[in-house]
Amino acid sequence: MTEQAYNFAYLDEQTKRMIRRAILKGLAIPGYQVPFASREMPMPYGWGTGGVQVSAAVLCPEDRMKVIDQGADDTTNAVSIRSFFERTAGVETTTSTAEASVIQTRHRVPEMALSEGQILVYQVPIPEPLRFLEPRESETRKMHSLEEYGLMHVKLYEDIARHGHIATAYAYPVKVEGRYVMDPSPIPKFDNPKLSDCAAIQLFGAGREQRIYALPPYTSVVSLDFEDHPFEASKPDHPCGLCGAEDSYLDEVIMDDAGGRMFVCSDTDFCEARRLAGHKGKDAA
Amino acid sequence: MNTQVLDGGFADPAPQAARAFRAVMEAMARPGTIHCLSGATPPAPLSVAAAVAILTLCDTDTPVYLAGDMDTPDVRAWIAFHTGAPFSGPATCAFALGRWDDLAPLSAYPIGSADYPDRSATLIVAVDALENSSQNLQGPGIQNTARLSLPEIPAFQANHAHFPCGLDFLFTCDDRIAGLPRSTEVS
Repeated sequence: MTEQAYNFAYLDEQTKRMIRRAILKGLAIPGYQVPFASREMPMPYGWGTGGVQVSAAVLCPEDRMKVIDQGADDTTNAVSIRSFFERTAGVETTTSTAEASVIQTRHRVPEMALSEGQILVYQVPIPEPLRFLEPRESETRKMHSLEEYGLMHVKLYEDIARHGHIATAYAYPVKVEGRYVMDPSPIPKFDNPKLSDCAAIQLFGAGREQRIYALPPYTSVVSLDFEDHPFEASKPDHPCGLCGAEDSYLDEVIMDDAGGRMFVCSDTDFCEARRLAGHKGKDAA
Repeated sequence: MNTQVLDGGFADPAPQAARAFRAVMEAMARPGTIHCLSGATPPAPLSVAAAVAILTLCDTDTPVYLAGDMDTPDVRAWIAFHTGAPFSGPATCAFALGRWDDLAPLSAYPIGSADYPDRSATLIVAVDALENSSQNLQGPGIQNTARLSLPEIPAFQANHAHFPCGLDFLFTCDDRIAGLPRSTEVS
């Protein structure tokens, strides 16, 4: 039941129209960060205010929503955003990736390939990939307009000079349709290949920084690299301790004070579905 | 005063606008796909699809340009009452509405700047037929190729050449709508 004191999906209609116009421009210019008049939301910055506003603008009453935080459906951020939309939009929620029509995510892309008709909404802290290299917005805007991305390659090169390989492990910069360099949000670089040629619509919302950007389905997204240091979607070199999956992104969990640890799937829905199907890892009870 | 202008808007704005936006977003995200819109009964010659798109996207922040036959007192009054959108010429509009020949020349509309390519107009084009035929489309949002009946080719190729600047198009016919963003290559 929707709380009657609020408009459907919390935001007022004029705010939703403004966000919707920004989403359409973002889809028309893949990878370009569209400025929008981000509203104050009933949660602190850093908890997904951008993602929540984008979700509120795209949600329909018929939708089934899933919210994940680092792949998990059961963490504080995911649970509270899910109940926020249950209360203000009255939408059904789910933890199953396959059943969800709108998925809001913090820093992970579900392991299961998404399908047409699904929408993936990313929460983005710093949308500007060049921000840590150039703090001035006036300059980064010029760099995007001139397609001047040499600085980003210098940064990746310095990684190689210092560490022998590209040490950037998350928020790994990508180039969209050969034009805009984009921050894929702080997803592990393991997830970067999933952004390209994805059947679902991908929307990115940064509340504090007041930017929305988007990837239409089947958009080419290439992780930046060098010929002699090609991009590698790395993950911990273990199978999941619970379900035994060898191809999923893993969290390292410290088990005791003696250095004991286990690796488990970060995507809880993926892991649960595998365990239900009878797969068993070495640490499973 | 003509009281008909007061009718024909969304009966239940929040969910109706949400569903309409999803259709418009799918149209813009997947060029060449055709979607149905409903929920508005506008005065002629405004089509249902164009009217729903306007109700969903336009408000006091978006100047609207009515081209040619579309610029009737009824249409003006209906849009003004239901959205509050101000009317403007093509040079300063956010949305333009009309038949393809009336909207020309495309050079009259803002295409954004290199710094802010999003500050460009969206043209809502009324067409007589909207089918998955004729022109080939390629680009973001399209898996291999898509087909859409467009009024012509050169104008869209010239528009695509401006990328990332350029105009975005919504084609409307009765209750159906299709999108053509600047990123799409037309041949």
